[in-house]
Amino acid sequence: MVFLDFEKPLEILYEQLDKIKQVGELGGIDVSDKINELENKIKTTTKEIYDNLSGWQKVQLSRHPERPYTLFYINQMCKKFIELHGDRYFADDKAIVGGIGSLDNINCVFIGHQKGETTKMRAYRNFGMANPEGYRKALRFMKLAEKFKMPVVCLIDTPGAYPGIEAEERGQAEAIARNLFEMAKLDVPIVCVVIGEGASGGAIGIGLGDSVYMMENTWYSVISPESCSSILWRSWDHKQKAAEALKLTADHMLDFGLIDGILKEPLGGAHAAPEDMAKMLKKHLKKEINALLPLSAKELKKNRIKKYEKIGKFSKKKKE
Amino acid sequence: MGWFKRIKEGIITKTVDKKKDVPDNLWYQCQKCKNASTQKEVTNHFYKCPKCNYHIRIGSDYYFDLIFDGKFTELFDDIIAKDILKFTDLKPYKERLEKAKAKTDLDDAMKVAEGKVNRKPLVIAAMDFSFIGGSMGSVVGEKISRAIDHCMDNKIPLLIISKSGGARMMESAFSLMQMAKTSAKLSQLSDAGIPFFSLLTDPTTGGVTASFAMLGDINFAEPEALIGFAGPRVIKETIKRDLPEGFQTSEFLLNHGFLDFIVDRKDLKARIGDLLSLVNVTV
Ligand SMILES: [Zn+2]
Repeated sequence: MVFLDFEKPLEILYEQLDKIKQVGELGGIDVSDKINELENKIKTTTKEIYDNLSGWQKVQLSRHPERPYTLFYINQMCKKFIELHGDRYFADDKAIVGGIGSLDNINCVFIGHQKGETTKMRAYRNFGMANPEGYRKALRFMKLAEKFKMPVVCLIDTPGAYPGIEAEERGQAEAIARNLFEMAKLDVPIVCVVIGEGASGGAIGIGLGDSVYMMENTWYSVISPESCSSILWRSWDHKQKAAEALKLTADHMLDFGLIDGILKEPLGGAHAAPEDMAKMLKKHLKKEINALLPLSAKELKKNRIKKYEKIGKFSKKKKE
Repeated sequence: MGWFKRIKEGIITKTVDKKKDVPDNLWYQCQKCKNASTQKEVTNHFYKCPKCNYHIRIGSDYYFDLIFDGKFTELFDDIIAKDILKFTDLKPYKERLEKAKAKTDLDDAMKVAEGKVNRKPLVIAAMDFSFIGGSMGSVVGEKISRAIDHCMDNKIPLLIISKSGGARMMESAFSLMQMAKTSAKLSQLSDAGIPFFSLLTDPTTGGVTASFAMLGDINFAEPEALIGFAGPRVIKETIKRDLPEGFQTSEFLLNHGFLDFIVDRKDLKARIGDLLSLVNVTV
């Protein structure tokens, strides 16, 4: 188990639990009462910690090394899934994955950022930072969905679009902009869920949809707390402050009306019970898709554009 | 600094003045070649350095004057920014807004106006870099959105002149969502068959490039503008090596297929006039 800095009390309790279990086994003593007591304490302590998470702590959780990623969820949710590859122009981006699969009886197109689970795979997946071909691959899958009248599911989990020389040469900005433009007028339902990090243009590049939810311990912002700290505070040391100032948690986003809802996570976060989280995600996706399927393409697009048109807060200037 | 002695009686600035009757003792020092020219010379030279043709960063009002046939009407000028998040970094956002307003005499980073170019109607939405780095927040998004509605209602082509460091951090996810909002509205404009021309000027980066600026039916730029998604500093820090010469310039983007052409500011009005006469409005 990996414990984050604010989970220190839990780490101690788990250590105690292991020790007592060992004592019981070695000495042949009945320690079940003590174990029960500790397990209860772990539960209440976990709840206490998780009920009072700061913005920065949620950022940490969204990056937890044991947190489930896109392909895990897809494989858990779909009995059948075929991964598809390539943007047909340049390459197959490893940081954005996708394919066709079914949520019980609903055939869907799945798209998502993908991070790696080991050091080697993390580099292979470019840490979930897509290049332009990743966004173009996603768009290709969306067009496939449109052709075969299948809903699109987008799972968002990226620290940002990749800032590299080749990414600029191949038009990172154009690729993201094109996706936003095309997603706005796609004929089929688009259901998005932020499952980890929702950083900036890299996230919204597959994040415009009819239904946008965030899992409880994720974040969505125009910039990562670290970069925000470095630009506005001119030092990397104010990431906690930046995380609070950016109001990037799911609760804030729902308050602002920028997302449609929050997906609860199991106690201790999605990584504490990944299979349960996958079940909850599947149930959620089916519900959202079923609500959108009866709408005509025209209605879908009209509602979608209306929804985004309304986003923004400003004042009216008083006449002098 | 020989020139400095010669002009020490006058005032040297790094900005230009729009007024035609600027006094002769006002000087402009070029950021690129460091040569000094009188404000009058610069003004008569379409706000470019008379020595090296550097295109000086100018604001929305200058572009309106350069492009429209005389008079034009400003639209949606009553929309102003709001500190939704009560955002504070080293300074409160509210204070930044006040300061920017006082310094620039602008209300936000974009102005929209309707007028005529060679007697053909056009709506121009132009960004002001001097207002918090031309950053896009709710106001810029709303002005673009309303400009698009106005263009659809009146069947008028749209020109957006971008000049921006990207999204406005102090509006966090609200500014991020303006990328989605402006792109969604542009898809509506496109479906309506109304032309959208995108002019990218120095600098155009971040969320602005990754939304409306790259979505023109025709994309063009002023020479040597910085245009990109990620800022050069961020890229350098990520890849840990130097960036190639001319990286992320207008010329670089033209070469890589993301611009249709580059236009010198002195030819800007004529080129826009030609665009308006050569594109069929299919509505
Ligand atoms: Zn010069």
